[in-house]
Order: sequence, then structure tokens, then C-alpha cells
Amino acid sequence: MKLLIENPGLFTTVQDLGRRGYQMQGVPVAGAMDGAALRLGNALLGNEKDPRGLEPAGLEITVLGPSIKVMEGSGCFVVTGAEAGVTKNGVSLPCWTVHRLDPGDAVAFSAPKVGCRSYFCVSGGIDVPLVMGSRSTYTRGKFGGHRGRALKAGDVLVTGAPNATGENAIGAYALWAKCAGLSCPLRPDRDPHEPLRAIPGPQDDLFTEEGLAAFYSSEYVIANSADRMGFRLEGPVIAHKGGADIVSDAICLGSVQVPGHGQPIVMLADRQTTGGYTKIATVCAVDAENLAQRLPGQKVRFEKITVEAALNLLHREEALIGEAKRLREAWLAGSAFPFRRKGAFDVRVAGELRRVEWERME
Amino acid sequence: MAVAVNAPAEKKPRILHAGENCLVVEFGDGIDLGINAQVQALRGKIENDPFPGFIDMIPTYRSLAVCFDALKSPPQLEKLLLDMSEDLTAGDAGSGELLIVPTCYEGDFAPDLERVAAHTGLSADEAVRRHTAVDCYCYMLGFVPGYPYLGGMDPALETPRLKEPREKIPAGSVAIGGKQTGIYPIDSPGGWNVIGMTPLRMFDPDRTPAVFLNAGMCVRFVPIGGGEFDRLAREAGEPGWKPDIRKKETPR
Repeated sequence: MKLLIENPGLFTTVQDLGRRGYQMQGVPVAGAMDGAALRLGNALLGNEKDPRGLEPAGLEITVLGPSIKVMEGSGCFVVTGAEAGVTKNGVSLPCWTVHRLDPGDAVAFSAPKVGCRSYFCVSGGIDVPLVMGSRSTYTRGKFGGHRGRALKAGDVLVTGAPNATGENAIGAYALWAKCAGLSCPLRPDRDPHEPLRAIPGPQDDLFTEEGLAAFYSSEYVIANSADRMGFRLEGPVIAHKGGADIVSDAICLGSVQVPGHGQPIVMLADRQTTGGYTKIATVCAVDAENLAQRLPGQKVRFEKITVEAALNLLHREEALIGEAKRLREAWLAGSAFPFRRKGAFDVRVAGELRRVEWERME
Repeated sequence: MAVAVNAPAEKKPRILHAGENCLVVEFGDGIDLGINAQVQALRGKIENDPFPGFIDMIPTYRSLAVCFDALKSPPQLEKLLLDMSEDLTAGDAGSGELLIVPTCYEGDFAPDLERVAAHTGLSADEAVRRHTAVDCYCYMLGFVPGYPYLGGMDPALETPRLKEPREKIPAGSVAIGGKQTGIYPIDSPGGWNVIGMTPLRMFDPDRTPAVFLNAGMCVRFVPIGGGEFDRLAREAGEPGWKPDIRKKETPR
């Protein structure tokens, strides 16, 4: 498909699961802030990882979504993550349900009641050139995604083809189309009132008892500056034993830095790779995604957990994505596979309607 | 600059948790060639023989963060990393490679060279001579893509940062901030004293590799004139261009 961005929304970027293997050269990971939402969207559409293991990209929508018009081709889309108001040609459609897209269709968004980031996933994924092995946009560095920036009105995006080739590809297109109507009752847990579970360290030994107690027992408010790089939080001061500065050390997803002023900063997708502030704890991966769905002004609490407990949460999220894949398979099995001994169907290729006919050679 | 891998470590390496998908092997807490050589050695070892689920590494002055997919990594990873950190040999250590960084220390490329000269009491020529006389060691990259944290600058060149940082220091600027020297890989704000400009593109996301300088390598600044700068800048933009990276011979 060819998609025209008629209105870009507040801050819409192309994201996959980020850039892996370049952090040692100072290149941030970037990628979807709520990776599970993107993966669930892809699972429902049948977008598989490519042979390199790369997750297909979608659009990450921040609060106010874009208006998108289909210029060419047909396929399906699903909106996951924060449940935005979605319309197609003016008709309201549910999120977490696969819908068909045809030439001329216009999709528009209104702000979600809960949550911050929605994902617009399409069959085939959003296809932009790979930069350092990823389609993710890193806006601060002006690279990746669509021209290294958030989308603008007039941008044209194309969607990818199936991994399969030849006859299998025709089958894959047909399977994509058959997912329209598939609805997913599964949701990752993004309750905005739940505490963020964090693993102590790597520099928790540089904080006072009182400082640690303040961190794990207080309520913090998300500052207005919260963005893809990190969330500054405001609340009771977290006291250091000595200074707040350390010799530069790595920063990971969910790292909670505490500079000299004692206010924590949770580092997220677009974080720089290294930094010289003490880190009291690391928010576990699933709760970094949970935080990504919160807005400035909302509250955050932290709860200490073990590595084992965090691993269990990861396993649960993986199981959820596996369940979504099974759901799709069950949906597809509910009707006969489109291929019989002989047959034909219509498919749009680069905007042109073509008749595909086949016959099995015995 | 000799990099002794088996320099007596002040402490045994320790493993720190940075979430469920990352372990940090900490070799010390200072800026020290011996400590950093251990970091690069372990990095090399893991690069050569990555474990299942391995994703990425972040070497810093004194630690190596190892990022992985905890759903795929071996259960005894902590012990595995500690064992790997036990017997690090010079063969695993940094590349021993030297990157030649041609730098023009003239005119508009060197807006703060006079300031450095005035502060240090050296002539501008002598400041340039000292800046190019010693090879610097790249401890780590970070801050922005491709930004090298270099050590080993001649202490006589130490110059405080500008009181008022500039809004934009152009990519390629070679600068001095306090005891350190660095190269700006992308346009960024900054308060360092800009003393020259290299035509090399230290970071180019559309080139493979986007960054050719790695932690553990050394950097040699070589003075060039304006004509040479223009020629090299043209060449650096051509497809197939390769930087001048040499095997490090005798230290200087």
C-alpha cells in the first residue's frame, strides 16, 4: 500500500523494536516505547519477523494521531497501545481489531481516554530504508524512520511485502486480507495506578537509607518535559551518601538516574548510551512500557522486585503475544483456506487491480 | 602509550544488575588505562563468542554493560561473565589500531586556538604541535553517536571551557575542554574550545560503518592545510571511502 499522511498528528514516528548492536558507538536504541503493543499489532496482522529477525515497523502515535489516506493498494490495519478514537471514512472503529484498507480509505484519530501512545500497524509493516539495521526513527540524531524525523503533512509511506515469495507470497497476501474482523481481547497490563516495579542497582549502594526509603515509598509526578528520551519525575528528594556524579557508566532501558538535585529520571527508548549520574534502580522492561503510556502530571510509584520476578513478568508478556498469534491462527482456521485445486482472485498491485488465476499441476 | 592488560587490578570485577536484560561487569571506578584495557578485552571476548540471547554491549571507562534477551540467555550468565573476566589476555584487548585524524588548525576552523594559546602561555603553533605530538586513547563512545571520550592529551594544553557555550559547534570540530580533547561527530551545542576541524565524517548514518572509531583504538591528529582539507572532505563523501586506520606501532 501507499499511504498519504494528510495530517501528521502531534508527534508520529516510524518505529520497530530499535537499533541493536550500535550502543558501543554511542548510537541510542530508539524503537517503540510500548514494544509489546507493536508486537501484538504485528501478531494480529500476521506480520512476521523478517529473516534477519527484524520486527516490522509501525507508526508510534503520541496522544493526537494522524490522518492517513490510502493512495494505492489494499491491506489491513490495527491500532494497539493506547485506545485512541479511530475512524475509517468517518465511521468509528474499535482498537485492537483488524480492519480492511482499500484505495481512498481515510483513517483519522482522536486522543485516547487513557494512555499516551497508540500504534498504527499495517499488513507488511511500514517500509522505510534500514539505517544501522533498524527502521526506528531517532529524531535527536535526525536519522532512521522517515527521513530521520516525525511525520509531516504530505509524507508518503509505503508498506512492506510478505517475507514469502512466488505463490507463497500470493497466499500471504490472501491470508493478510482474511484477518479483517479479527478482534483481540488480550491487552498488556498498563494500569496507570500500579507502581512501577524496579530492580535495585547498579549504584543503589551510593544512596542513604533515607534516600532509598524515599524512592520506594514516595509518589512522584511526571514532569512536562517527559519524552521518548526519558521521564523526569518530581517529588521527595532522594539523598546520596556522597556526590551524585560517577565516572561515566552505561545507561539502560529503565535506568533511574538521580542527579544531584535528588529528583529521579527514568531513561527510555531514545536515551543516550552513557552518563555520569548515579542510578538507583532499573524499571523492569514491562513497566518501562507501562510508564510510556503515562502522561505528564500523572503519578508514579516504585516497587522493589527481584530479577526473577521481573523475568516472570517478561515470560507473561511473551505468552500474551504467543496467545495473540494463536488467536489469529484459530481465526484463519475458522474458514477454508482460499486455495483449492483451481481458482482466481483479484489483487491490487501498485494500485492496479489484477486478476490472479492458478491451477495445481499434478 | 602502553596498555597493560594484566596491570594489577585494584579490585576484582563485580557484576551489577541493570534490569533483567542487562548485567554490568564493573572493573573499577576510575579513569585508568589498565581498567579500560580489561573492559575492551572482555568486550572482544564476547564479540568473538557471543552467548545465546546476546544483543549489545556498552563499554565505558570502567565497566562493560552486556545487554541480552533474558528469555533466551543462559541461566548462569552472571557466573559465565565473571569467569570470562578472570583470565583476560592482551590478545582479547582493544584493537591496537590507530586512526589518523587529519585536522586543519587554521583560520575559521580554529576560532578558539588563540584563546588556548593565551591561556596556556604557548604559541598557537606550539599548541598545535603538542596537540598532534601525542596519540590519544579512545576509552569509550557516548553522549551522542560517535562521540569519543579521548584520554592522553598533553596536560600543558588544559584550557577551561568557554563561559558561554556556543549554540552550534559544527560536526568535525576538534576541541579542548579542560583536560580533555574531543571531536564533535554531529552538530551540537557545546562549550569546548574549538582549535581545528577534521574533514572526516566521524558519524554518518548512511555509511557502513556509521562510526569507524571504536573504544580501545588510538587517535592521532595530523595537521593539514586548507587545500588538503577540501580534498579530503570531498573524498570522505565518496562511496567506498575508507579512513586511514593503521596498526599501532611504537607508542608515541
